[in-house]
Amino acid sequence: MLIQQVFNGLALGMGYALIAVGYSLVFGILRLVNFSHGSIYAFGAEMAMVFIGFRFGIIPGIIAAMILTGVLGICIDKVALEPLRKKKSMPIASLITTIGISNIVTQLLIVFLGSEKRNFPALFDFGSVQIGHIAVSSTQIMMCVVSLILMTVLVLIVYKTKIGLAMRAGEQNSRAACMMGINVNFVISFTFFLAGVSATIAGVLVGSYYQIVYPNMGYMAGLKAFAAAVLGGIGSLPGALLGGLIVGVSESMAATFLGSTYRDSIAFIILIIVLIVRPHGLFGRKGITKV
Amino acid sequence: MTERIKRLINKEDDCCQDTIKPGAGTLHKIEVFTDKNKFSLGLAAAALLIALPFILGDQYLLTVIVKIGAYAILAMGLNILTGYTGLVSLGHAGFVAIGAYTASLLSVRLGADFFTATLAGMVVAGLVGVVLGLPTLKVTGTYLSIITLGFGEIIKMIAMNWATVTNGTLGVKNIPKPSLFGFDMTVGNFGMYYLMLALVIITAVFCLMVVKSKTGRAFQAIRADEMASTMMGINITAYKILAFVISACICALGGSLYATVIGYIDPNTFNFDVSTLILSIVILGGMGTIRGMFVGAAILIAFPEVSRFLMEYRFVLYGVILVIMMRFRPQGILGWKSTLPYKLNKRVREEIEKTEAKETAGD
Repeated sequence: MLIQQVFNGLALGMGYALIAVGYSLVFGILRLVNFSHGSIYAFGAEMAMVFIGFRFGIIPGIIAAMILTGVLGICIDKVALEPLRKKKSMPIASLITTIGISNIVTQLLIVFLGSEKRNFPALFDFGSVQIGHIAVSSTQIMMCVVSLILMTVLVLIVYKTKIGLAMRAGEQNSRAACMMGINVNFVISFTFFLAGVSATIAGVLVGSYYQIVYPNMGYMAGLKAFAAAVLGGIGSLPGALLGGLIVGVSESMAATFLGSTYRDSIAFIILIIVLIVRPHGLFGRKGITKV
Repeated sequence: MTERIKRLINKEDDCCQDTIKPGAGTLHKIEVFTDKNKFSLGLAAAALLIALPFILGDQYLLTVIVKIGAYAILAMGLNILTGYTGLVSLGHAGFVAIGAYTASLLSVRLGADFFTATLAGMVVAGLVGVVLGLPTLKVTGTYLSIITLGFGEIIKMIAMNWATVTNGTLGVKNIPKPSLFGFDMTVGNFGMYYLMLALVIITAVFCLMVVKSKTGRAFQAIRADEMASTMMGINITAYKILAFVISACICALGGSLYATVIGYIDPNTFNFDVSTLILSIVILGGMGTIRGMFVGAAILIAFPEVSRFLMEYRFVLYGVILVIMMRFRPQGILGWKSTLPYKLNKRVREEIEKTEAKETAGD
């Protein structure tokens, strides 16, 4: 029973980790909590459903959704956030802007697709594997495998490619990066694109796990993934993975042993404890204030 | 020496006058006008506010106005914390929930009257405010906002799961209307409106007093620069916790008023959207101003009501307003710096005159 829940939690946690990566990437470079990320995730899942519905194949459909969601991320940055950066406005202005955008995206989804829950095709359902008393469904295995592959790809992009180098440079000091000839605004847009793509993959995986998508799905998942990102140390990719897994496992434990009403809050309880004991998360770098 | 102070103040006025932008000229004129006719304008506003229910005479409109008042109180509460002290809270719905639940449970289960119950709610919220303020010892900036966000969600969870007390997801129904000396206040007999008006005025006056006091100046010093205020001998931890407590108490008051107006609360009444709505009111109106809270509340609460013809698009527009405001007027609609010369308060002025008299006598 316990191990079964751990497995369920791991699969769920992988989904959270993929959303958390989006928060981490954007926070790393902009020092901004992107509250619109939850709605971007919901947008990705909905678009995947719409494109799969067009019947030109599942994989092309998902790829189309990924690109569209990535472009949405870029648009959000270009239309709403870049002007604020140019004006050097206060950080809270960007925060409120992302809250506003989250509202716009979610409400537009409701206007055009309706607020009801819709069935999402079970994409990876090939039965389940029995190991002793534990049943692991193929969807769960697929979630873990796809997430791990994607995480590896992201880590490779950030640490091994030229644009990843630019991202890290922008993260450390965007002015200095700019002087070194890095187009910081392009790098930021690329970051939003990556965040959108990983959110879409998370949306597809979680959607096919629960076989359900709806416009408000990003709200709670977004907050929990955000908790996961902070837990692992926001701005750090391995931290996002670990945070997501911790949140996923503790959530499925809480749902079994404490009752399902506790599942939504356990993430926040862990989050607050971690923040008070270790304010910068498990892997986060400590910010030093210079006078 | 006092001459020098005076000259300095006058000089500052002069340079302010010089640097006023052409667009701000009208603002200056308006400010001078309101300052001159303070008394008559205040009288007119008071008359209008008192006569308003008789002019409108419509239950639905009055309910909306009472709701605006309740949200103005909530915004003033958050404004103390976010606008003046510079701590951004994303979980103020938690304090609203504490106030609303404590007050309505006391009046539903124990038959306490509205005012006692509200006071109890404010006390409980204040105590919780101390607890939530404690992490400010260690955590600052975005991380503090995140803790408040978690706090809001946890309060919601407690309201959901502590079913023996809070009735769980079913919520609290039939919250009694407040009554004073046997007079039941409802929206119908305008009692609710006047109660709201009284509470809003009390809160506004209280906020003004706090802001103008030593405490308020300490808050603003912390907002400007924590390190510098520590150097000036301000105990920043104590003042931050105090800001949390004041803010929590005011929000609990607003929550209690809201609960009795609507007559029904459940845990989902106080979700993250409410926290962001309160924050949006503060920012839309103008952080660190009290006048802005009324305008912000009026716009954001009335907006969904007046724009029903837009159907479901009106919720999209709510986000659009936020984005556009942040883009073009991040200081808020009424967030300008006063162009009037700084007024010394009466005591300081007397002091200066006294020393001046002494100096001239000495000469």
